[in-house]
Amino acid sequence: MSAGSAIRAPEAAGAQVALALEGITCTFVSRDDPTQRHTAVRDVTLRVAAGEFVSVVGPTGCGKSTLLNVGAGLLAPSAGHVEVFGKRLEGINRRAGYMFQTDALMPWRNTIDNVIAGLQFRGVPDGEARALGEQWLARVGLRGFGDRYPHQLSGGMRKRAALAQTLILDPDIILMDEPFSALDIQTRQLMENEVLELWAAQRKAVLFITHDLDEAIAMSDRVVVLAAGPESRPIGEFPIDLPRPRDVAEIRAQPAFLDLHNRIWAVLREEVLKGYAQQKRMSTASAS
Amino acid sequence: MTAASLRLRLYQFLVLAAVIFLWWALTSPTLLPNFYFSNPHQAAFFFGEPQKVFLRVVDWFVGGEIWIHLGVTLFETVMAFAIGTVGGLVVGMWLALSPSAAAVFDPYVKAANSMPRVILAPIFSIWFGLGVWSKVALGFTLVFFIVFFNVYQGVREVSPNVLANARMLGATQGQLLRHVYLPSAMSWVFSSLHNSVGLAFVGAVVGEYLGSARGVGYLILQAEGTFDINTVIAGVVVLTAFALVLDAVVGVAEKRLMKWQPRLGETEKL
Repeated sequence: MSAGSAIRAPEAAGAQVALALEGITCTFVSRDDPTQRHTAVRDVTLRVAAGEFVSVVGPTGCGKSTLLNVGAGLLAPSAGHVEVFGKRLEGINRRAGYMFQTDALMPWRNTIDNVIAGLQFRGVPDGEARALGEQWLARVGLRGFGDRYPHQLSGGMRKRAALAQTLILDPDIILMDEPFSALDIQTRQLMENEVLELWAAQRKAVLFITHDLDEAIAMSDRVVVLAAGPESRPIGEFPIDLPRPRDVAEIRAQPAFLDLHNRIWAVLREEVLKGYAQQKRMSTASAS
Repeated sequence: MTAASLRLRLYQFLVLAAVIFLWWALTSPTLLPNFYFSNPHQAAFFFGEPQKVFLRVVDWFVGGEIWIHLGVTLFETVMAFAIGTVGGLVVGMWLALSPSAAAVFDPYVKAANSMPRVILAPIFSIWFGLGVWSKVALGFTLVFFIVFFNVYQGVREVSPNVLANARMLGATQGQLLRHVYLPSAMSWVFSSLHNSVGLAFVGAVVGEYLGSARGVGYLILQAEGTFDINTVIAGVVVLTAFALVLDAVVGVAEKRLMKWQPRLGETEKL
């Protein structure tokens, strides 16, 4: 099966488009040497419907995070534009919450203060913010840990705090950049189930970046495969029609899961090898 | 206290006792035959005698003469520290957040920092008189640069992730300054607290020594004028003890303010 035939209209379900990346190209210019250019992604169009869980997979260095930063409004694209619920995005995407790959909690704030930071920035009265913060701490399983500082929490607990920090603002769009890649496999599956549960309750639009195909299939409604960089673009799109609610650990054993995995991996495999060769070439070039 | 730490304290005390004994033995006019100086009283004249230094310190504290001088020195130290810290914080934040201003001022900041600032003391005496403010000014020039460089570094080293996260959570420019840049900069300022308080103290004492009417540095200066080595050393001892107290206070403050920072190998107390 060719990659092209797998692509279908993303808004087939007829839902409203929450986040639309339209013809995004990102070219980075080296500050020291303007002739050194690097195009991370070229002409990428990606739409996420309201309530849809979309994963983007691709080899390392293919520009997945670049796309997410464009969607968040943290990075202005060289060409193309972003639409949020039909409106053109200028500056920071106020309707999106972002979960970062690495720790992004403020180390000088304890857990509760971190969780309610966004509410404080929005001017929510302190008592109200704290009450909501406690609720969220309980919801992510951190009840009683509000007075701990990030360095006193384990990696999984920090991720849960970050999750509460993002979701407490009730964003319509959730952007996740390999949020669980630093966790061990057991913690990771627990977190994935927790995120799915929270998502099922509120049905936000999710754009989930990962290099882990299993994770992508287990969690998403749709998986988009990105080509190896540079000048990366989507080369395959697979609807995941596995029944919900899902358990990420159990679903991996289902025949339908394995079938999807094989089909997507057939597309992804070549790109991973290409990406690897690319990186090796670059490292030898810079070494010589 | 465990037996090991008790033994350590004992050894530390023995070192002090040995030094004082040696000092006493070598300076006592009658104990040993003089082997270097021709006059047996000369050793005591040049190096002082520990028992007389001790009596002088006791005399100061019992007589109450020292308090006004210590108070003045402390006031100068605290003022120099406070003004220097605020100044360094404001200018450091400004230059760190405005790269073009930083580029313009860079050579002048470097020049001002490399200048031996003690040499400014006479100028400050002319500008601010012989009272406390000329000493505060000298301490300020010492503290300012420590705080400035730390704030500058602290703001530049804010984790881009934390910054992006705060922006995604909806922080405005002012809120970023207040909730991200300032705490990050303050963590660097606090980690240099021992340094900056110490230098504020140095500024105060050196300023007093170079011309003043009050302060511990003034006591030392007076005694030196009359070749009263015992009083000079007594002044040094008081200053040292005072500096240790200041350092301990800073240590307590640091512990309270920096409790969010991880310490290596820290475990939870249950």
